[in-house]
Amino acid sequence: MTLNDWLFGRLTVQAALPFYSAIATAAASIVVVGALAVVVLLTKFRLWRPLWSEWLTSLDHKRIGIMYVVLALVMLSRAVVEAVMMRAQQAVSYDSPGYLPADHFAQLFTTHGTIMIFFMAMPFLTGIINYAMPLQIGARDVSFPLLNSVSLGLTAAGAALMMISLCIGRFSTGGWSGYPPFTELAFSPDVGPDYWIWAVTLSSIGSTLTGINFAVTIYKERAPGMHLFRMPLFCWTALCTSILMIFAMPPLTVATALLALDRYAGAHFFTNGGGGDVMNYINLFWLFGHPEVYILILPAFGVYSEVFSTFSAKALYGYRSLVYATMAIAVLSFTVWLHHFFTMGQGANVNAVFGIATMLIGIPTGVKIYDWLLTMFRGRIRFAVPLLFALGFILMFAIGGMTGIILANPGIDYQVHNTVFLVAHFHNVLIPGLLFGMLAAVQYWFPKAFGFRLNEKWGRTVFVLWTAGFLFAFMPLYALGLLGLPRRTVEYFQGAYRPWTLIAAFGALLLLLGLFAVGAWLFVSVRQRDDNRVPAGDPWNGRTLEWSMSAPPPEYNFAVRPRVTGRDQFMRDKLGGMAYLRPDEYEDIEIPLGSAVGPLLGIAGILCGFGLTWHIWWMAAGGLLLSIGTVIARSFVRETTRIVPAGEVRLQHEAWLGRLAMERPASRDQEIAPSNRGLALADGS
Amino acid sequence: MAAAPFWFALLLVVLSGCAQTGSSMLHPWGMVAAAQRDWLVIAVALMMIVVLPVFVMVPLFAWRYRRRGGRGVYRPNWTYARVLEYPIWGVPVLIVAALAVMVATRETDLDPYRPLPGAGAPLEIDVVALDWKFLFIYPKEHVASVGLLAIPRGRPVSFHLTSDATMQSFFIPALGSQIYAMAGMETQLHLRADRDGVLDGENTQYNGADFQNEHVRVEVVPDASFARFLAECRVAGRVLDPSSYRMLAVRDTLVKAKAAFGLPPDGRLLFGDVQPGLFASIIAKYHPGDRTMRMAGQAE
Ligand code: HEM
Ligand SMILES: [Cu+2]
Repeated sequence: MTLNDWLFGRLTVQAALPFYSAIATAAASIVVVGALAVVVLLTKFRLWRPLWSEWLTSLDHKRIGIMYVVLALVMLSRAVVEAVMMRAQQAVSYDSPGYLPADHFAQLFTTHGTIMIFFMAMPFLTGIINYAMPLQIGARDVSFPLLNSVSLGLTAAGAALMMISLCIGRFSTGGWSGYPPFTELAFSPDVGPDYWIWAVTLSSIGSTLTGINFAVTIYKERAPGMHLFRMPLFCWTALCTSILMIFAMPPLTVATALLALDRYAGAHFFTNGGGGDVMNYINLFWLFGHPEVYILILPAFGVYSEVFSTFSAKALYGYRSLVYATMAIAVLSFTVWLHHFFTMGQGANVNAVFGIATMLIGIPTGVKIYDWLLTMFRGRIRFAVPLLFALGFILMFAIGGMTGIILANPGIDYQVHNTVFLVAHFHNVLIPGLLFGMLAAVQYWFPKAFGFRLNEKWGRTVFVLWTAGFLFAFMPLYALGLLGLPRRTVEYFQGAYRPWTLIAAFGALLLLLGLFAVGAWLFVSVRQRDDNRVPAGDPWNGRTLEWSMSAPPPEYNFAVRPRVTGRDQFMRDKLGGMAYLRPDEYEDIEIPLGSAVGPLLGIAGILCGFGLTWHIWWMAAGGLLLSIGTVIARSFVRETTRIVPAGEVRLQHEAWLGRLAMERPASRDQEIAPSNRGLALADGS
Repeated sequence: MAAAPFWFALLLVVLSGCAQTGSSMLHPWGMVAAAQRDWLVIAVALMMIVVLPVFVMVPLFAWRYRRRGGRGVYRPNWTYARVLEYPIWGVPVLIVAALAVMVATRETDLDPYRPLPGAGAPLEIDVVALDWKFLFIYPKEHVASVGLLAIPRGRPVSFHLTSDATMQSFFIPALGSQIYAMAGMETQLHLRADRDGVLDGENTQYNGADFQNEHVRVEVVPDASFARFLAECRVAGRVLDPSSYRMLAVRDTLVKAKAAFGLPPDGRLLFGDVQPGLFASIIAKYHPGDRTMRMAGQAE
């Protein structure tokens, strides 16, 4: 082993630089320039220190939540651009190689899928739950604030590996599911699958920890009187998602770890020869993969439940039904994984059982849709942006659900499996389902987090572009799938596909505009923030506890822990004239001090992942040592919390109450006018 | 957005028109694909019972109960009505029950492993998935072809599949089901073509840089022409033995494989003789320790 090998492992200039296609080079340059620009800006405005001490090392669940969402939005931008590139390729690749080399196209669908699931959707919903759930249950923080920061660090490390892979070397071509034997050394000897393995492993460990943290928080940190059946529905969905994370992420970690053993240690878990069996990987992967789709969708269901109720000015219809339906979905989601491989050769009866189990999930899902509908029934509906997303969701999700049940018929799946019909189906549930839910959540909770409302017009533009873009981009894929177009195809040879791929490309263009619109939405809103301030904290005449405090909330959330006597506690308080009371007594509040452990473990994760990927063993070992050292060092830290004295809490709370007294309550007709300062007229509507 | 079901319906209509030019399940050439299409239509129709009301009720409720100008009554605390629970849970239950009965009863009909009725004894074909081409061995006829599959019309075909490379999924959309081909394992598929013509077959499981080129020309022909195809193989005079098989198994495209055998890109790569037991030995080589497998390989 030469010194060079020792120092750089497999990393050579040739292998590293992304010169295999001009487009990849350009993409890498954009990432590098973007990163440099961020560094320059941070330096110029002297923001490094506040970034480190107030954000990166913060253990405040609200800040961690916001950082998760920022991560998700950054990764969303990359993944959407990649998606549009793929659609553009298929628009021009009828009987022609198009503009993307086959290998580059394969990296695109792999990075797009991997990012969208692990580094867009998961951080997004984790961020939203992190922000809203503790506030909704009346908690001061999650149960394990440090663990929360560690989860974020690990997830961000995975995302960083994804970005590094764009600039150094190449990524896997094995799809987001990374099926061996294709991802084994025999067929993919390059670094691609290793990048994939470590990015996904980091994210899966982060998500397992998150699941534990959230579940414990919901069980242990609820305010007095907040019985489980008094929790807002969003908290129920958060609970179910967390439980799913706890049980579903480990099979994925195991699958990627075994694949890593195959690739690094010459094991034969999933190789063709040597007693390996690819079917074990496929089972493990989907043992994670199917619950995963419910991890993704349930929090969005929770958001829609809040949105329908708030913007219909009405309590949620069929709360218990919705809770039972959510639980049923969570449990059933572990019993259906086989529907991802009906075509693997098992017997017809096995397929039938799993097909029917899958359809059973359609029942609680159908129930939910009708419960939301009946929440609107006899309400007073305001077409605010979150409600628009919710309406779009219900209509389009009905179609996505239907095609899901179509796919659950093994007899039909034999025909449409692995075609773009499937691609259409899962985007049909993920875009109107998950993504719309998350965007609705942003519009809904943003004023709480930052103290001002987001621009409604741009919000509507985002909604229109994403809806139209989605319909144009994905409805044609149902057609293409029935016509037999396989997924992950860089080029095709049937003229009949042509018109549909062109329509889909048009849709993708709209979606790209939709992405820009998201940027404009945030940008314009920040510029106009002074017109849209809601310091009183309740811009939507909200029903649940998070609206009962200032916007943005104090670090400790609640000046005094609320007492809960029923569902929709804050609405009860407002109607009963019991909101915004001055408590007799304040208490000292203990809050966690910031800690560098999370970011350090993240850095250790990057070093480990990068070192392992490139066989730079000293770096991998260094990363491992850094992580162990960090944990040991932390165990010597004695002061991990600080006390906010009762007097200070009193001052802050009274100052806010004083401001409240000066605000004029806004009626719902003023909801999107500057006169909505976050104090709602307590007339129930 | 309210146009979504309309889109979907339009899609199905336009599709069945378009499909005339291509070959797919919407314009089936075999009994399996036809059954799948029928099942799809029934399933969609059944689910419309839950989906359509949503499409009516969402716009209706949104309009009637809108805050400004809406005419519906306002009952902020109306959150439960037992009479409504019955249809809300009952209708989806009934529909899923209907679908489940369909799955339970029909699934065995569409089971890829189930032999199909038809004219004459099933034609046996062994399929070896290679990167990036399919090898078809006709064990009884002792011929083989690569990237080309000739089958007689009306006669059921019984495929046995394995892979000598990545995992793949063998699929002829116009005829019916697809099934995975995996190394060291054997899967089965039964299809029957009911009309003459040239169809497209493909691998649907991504397996590398030339995945998109892994197509099969499927020729459905009358019995007499099938005999001519067999003769054509024999006239070609090639023998499929370990050495020629090694040439085929090189990880490359069909066109390259043809070139290796001195054929132009549109040439027909056929073998007039096949070493007995080749298929079993391809499977057995992934089980070096397994004596029964090895002996099965030798016995054939
Ligand atoms: C912005 C809109 C989006 C567009 C235009 C888009 C487009 C695409 C395209 C073209 C593919 C490749 C299809 C093929 O294999 O032929 C794909 C795959 C995929 N997309 Fe998206 N997508 C979008 C949003 C999303 C979202 C929001 C998610 C998840 C949250 C997602 C998850 C995936 C996954 C998991 C795959 C499969 C990757 C694989 O084949 O391994 N996409 N998408
Ligand atoms: Cu699934």
